Amino acid sequence: MTRASENLGKKRDVAIVAVGSTKFGEHWDRSLAELATEAGFSAASEIGIAGKELELFIVGNMSGGMFMGQEHVAALVADFLGLQPTPALRVEAACASGSVALRQGYIAVASGIYDIVAVGGVEKMTDIPHGEAILTLAGAMDFEWEAYIGATFPGIYALITNRYMHEYGLTREQLAKVAVKNHYHGSLNPLAHFQNRITVEDVLKSPLVADPIRLYDCSPISDGAACVILAPLEKARKYTDNPIVISGCAQASSTLGLYDRKDLCTIDATVNAAKVAFEEARLKPTDVDLLEVHDAFTIGEVLALEDLGFCKKGEAAKLIDEEQTYLGGKLPVNMDGGLKAGGHPVGATGVKQIVEIVRQLRGEAGKRQVKDARVGLAHNVGGSGATAVVTILERER
Amino acid sequence: MGVPFHWRRYKERYRLLGMKCDRCGQLFFPMRTVCPNCRRSGKVTPYRFSGKGKIFSYTVIRSPPHGFEAYAPYIVALVELEEGPKVISQVVDCKPEDARIGMPVETCFRRIRSESPEGIVIYGFKFKLVESKQ
Repeated sequence: MTRASENLGKKRDVAIVAVGSTKFGEHWDRSLAELATEAGFSAASEIGIAGKELELFIVGNMSGGMFMGQEHVAALVADFLGLQPTPALRVEAACASGSVALRQGYIAVASGIYDIVAVGGVEKMTDIPHGEAILTLAGAMDFEWEAYIGATFPGIYALITNRYMHEYGLTREQLAKVAVKNHYHGSLNPLAHFQNRITVEDVLKSPLVADPIRLYDCSPISDGAACVILAPLEKARKYTDNPIVISGCAQASSTLGLYDRKDLCTIDATVNAAKVAFEEARLKPTDVDLLEVHDAFTIGEVLALEDLGFCKKGEAAKLIDEEQTYLGGKLPVNMDGGLKAGGHPVGATGVKQIVEIVRQLRGEAGKRQVKDARVGLAHNVGGSGATAVVTILERER
Repeated sequence: MGVPFHWRRYKERYRLLGMKCDRCGQLFFPMRTVCPNCRRSGKVTPYRFSGKGKIFSYTVIRSPPHGFEAYAPYIVALVELEEGPKVISQVVDCKPEDARIGMPVETCFRRIRSESPEGIVIYGFKFKLVESKQ
């Protein structure tokens, strides 16, 4: 992967000046536009910014068309928010739609073309029957050669899980511990989809979805929205006393189909995005105080710890067994419950991860606050790994 | 999906026709019009796979997508073809509990699904276990 790194020195530093999100869950009483409006207004009201000050509005959304028959989602949300004539655009990268939207906002501000950019993420998933939702999510994979023959999204991750267990000896109990930990963190987050604590036994007794993946290994089908407001760092203090800096934000692609990956147990897009993000931030994994990683399925958190560089391949289970990924551990992961307990309205997830890290770095995360957090990393994956985005956030140095 | 969506893939789904890049020698399934290694310098030609391979990984789908309800539970495997490329397909005539990584498999011609009671019936390859010779 090449990039114009010699130009990075010319970019403007970008800060997050406001964040907001809805509770994630089954919002039967509210539409996509209503959820997006709540998230947008909660961000805007943090700093009292007026709609007319927003110069660009970007929204991450995977499939308004299949989940609710509505395309042109950016215009819909901008309309509901009363943002006219602000340009509004939608970004789609399956489950990574939110973080790809964030990255486009980051580029827009870093380039100097825009100052104040709002980035939202939203998904409304519970309006259609379960089987149709599964089919829609399967569109994140290679439709013609995976979904077409009856593979589901959990099924594709099950192929990774089974192979990983075969190659590295990961146990079912170790996988279950990821879900148990994320439910524990979810119980500390009033905006999480699931706020109940579970045990390893609960996970192992839950129904099989796609062997060896069980129901409690899977993130839920959720509704929800999240929003952040970006500004150049040099102007951020006009809006907030506590700007959070985006010190690195990188994206990488891999093959759409799982069948073409060189190594089934490595998400190479994560490896490549992390490498560039750390370079851009001039930081290394040991500098990171907390992580939000893409645990759409429990194996996702295992792969992320390794592919992001926090341990060697095959060694994530050790971190999990030692409970180092808990609140209070050496490397707290998914403090808001992750996708597993926090909920996974696909287009909103990448933005919500950023919202959580900003709250942690500001010291506003309540019962789940990581002590003295200065650097946080968000990791968002699209499909089975065809897109990955890694974003590193810091308190102002 | 309309007829052309299914029809234009019949060589791949019926005959396991993929491609070979004559420049770098790599084989691909399904077909691509461009070799991702050599891109514009590559030269792609059709290549027919034998249909023999091994289960590289597998799962059992118990929560099926719309259109596959009647088949569940069914095995979906990532099969490593003997020529190298991998392909995702169902493994049939095998109980879910009997599947194992490393098992030899070969293609068979099966119905994949029906779009609707009066709709198109879609056929193509699936895999079955290679019977032992004893």
